[in-house]
Amino acid sequence: MKRRHFVQASLALGSIGSLATLMGCSTTGRIPEKARVVVVGGGYGGATTAKYVRMLSNYQIDVVLIEPDAAFVSCPMSNLVIGGSKTMADITTPYDNLSSKHGVNVVRDYVSGVDATKKTVTLASGPSIRYDKLVLSPGIELMFNSIEGLKQANASGQILQAWKAGPETANLRKQLVDMPDGGVFAISIPEAPYRCPPGPYERASQVAHYFKQSKPKSKVLILDANQDVTSKGPLFKKFWADNYKGILEYIPQHNVTAVDAKTNTLKFEVQNDVKANVLNVLPAMRAGSIAVQSGLANANGRWCGVNYQTFESTQAKDVHVIGDSIMPAPAMPKSGHMANSHGKVTAAAIVAQLSDLAINPEPFLTNTCYSFVNDKYVVHVASVHQYDSKDKTYKTVPGSGGLSAAPSELEAIYAWNWAQNIWADTLR
Amino acid sequence: MHSFARFSLSTFTFLLLGLSTGYAQQSATALHQRANAAMCANCHGSEGKTVDGSAVPSINGMPKDYMVLQMKAFKDGSRPATVMHQLTKGLTDAQIESIASYYASNKR
Repeated sequence: MKRRHFVQASLALGSIGSLATLMGCSTTGRIPEKARVVVVGGGYGGATTAKYVRMLSNYQIDVVLIEPDAAFVSCPMSNLVIGGSKTMADITTPYDNLSSKHGVNVVRDYVSGVDATKKTVTLASGPSIRYDKLVLSPGIELMFNSIEGLKQANASGQILQAWKAGPETANLRKQLVDMPDGGVFAISIPEAPYRCPPGPYERASQVAHYFKQSKPKSKVLILDANQDVTSKGPLFKKFWADNYKGILEYIPQHNVTAVDAKTNTLKFEVQNDVKANVLNVLPAMRAGSIAVQSGLANANGRWCGVNYQTFESTQAKDVHVIGDSIMPAPAMPKSGHMANSHGKVTAAAIVAQLSDLAINPEPFLTNTCYSFVNDKYVVHVASVHQYDSKDKTYKTVPGSGGLSAAPSELEAIYAWNWAQNIWADTLR
Repeated sequence: MHSFARFSLSTFTFLLLGLSTGYAQQSATALHQRANAAMCANCHGSEGKTVDGSAVPSINGMPKDYMVLQMKAFKDGSRPATVMHQLTKGLTDAQIESIASYYASNKR
């Protein structure tokens, strides 16, 4: 009798074991002990992924975020610093809350190498960190060599880009403040795709607003390699015509090939040279350097191909790439809001994969992008991108999305609140 | 005696199963619902809670029926908006229901 009970108990325990295993592998969402996700890059994409892997796993998955900067400085809204209506402090958020509130292990360092076979990343300071899942969100690398003389002109501090918000943002503002009235600010735009499609036009608007208030004899030139304004075109052009006539000039189809730092001159493929007091030259862009070095930029050597349902690289298993570095789906902008959205879909996919749960069969992404045309008026573009499992890509939902009817003060309030809320959603 | 032992064993089995799967347990459906709802958080704050002083409203704890009605009113144009009429047109009625259910279940 006792023996029979023992046998029954063993069988029952055996079935518990196999059932638990079965459930762990298919339906329960049980996470293996010490599962670790390493995220490289603490921008909109990476910081959001780090926080949401913690949240969506009910704080069961360890997350290491590797980021060289001490604090997050937002690219969206950084044009307001250049225009003079906001300060660097206004657009800066520390990483503290990711650690204290969400238990993310924030490591201040660069990643010097990725070994997708051994599943480790190596830090610039030496140590290696093992991962179960790696997320690369390194943003963009400026291709300085695409414009002759630009690398040296940037290194000397004379010709800035300020296309990653930080010290260059403050320095570009200083160049404008130091410029005499009657001077010229010229911004050049590379062919799309590049980070933040409306960003250059917003920046030009901000500088024109500053000149109109403080240096009315000065001029803004936009030299665009594209055929026309690439985002919010009619809205920008109408506002420029109504408000910056005689101050701002838009010149399409001008592709910069070289800069002469001695004479502050831009050279083009076809047209005559252009001289300016302050030059803001944006070269072509590609995926952040760690993604390129790791062999993940498999689309024209510039952007990283991903499986859009999970953002897993098409090049390396268990390596996900998000944000501005990816080869985008049709009509998907390279924006901070979009990177935050990528981060959430990726975090959910990783939690599902590490828990042996089904991956969301139909994720969707939203994007809302505000541009300040002066210090008080804003225009937006919005879109919704639904994953199509048949074509394995995102498609904008027909009839959804769109632009502002006109610039408005109301949208300026929403735009600044958007920034406050997305910074909190990403970092706090 | 015999049946008591069986009862104990099945209770034990149940408890052990409960323990072994209670750790970090969640369903795929709940995970997907929460992640989809997080698409609102970019503007409406993590878990639907906006920062202090935000003109964009918090949506956590909002009654489901109310939220569904507002989202549909944005979608059909009967409630004017700056951006929500454009975003809701990208969502199916089922997605709206799921998002509203999620935020209604969140405490303020």
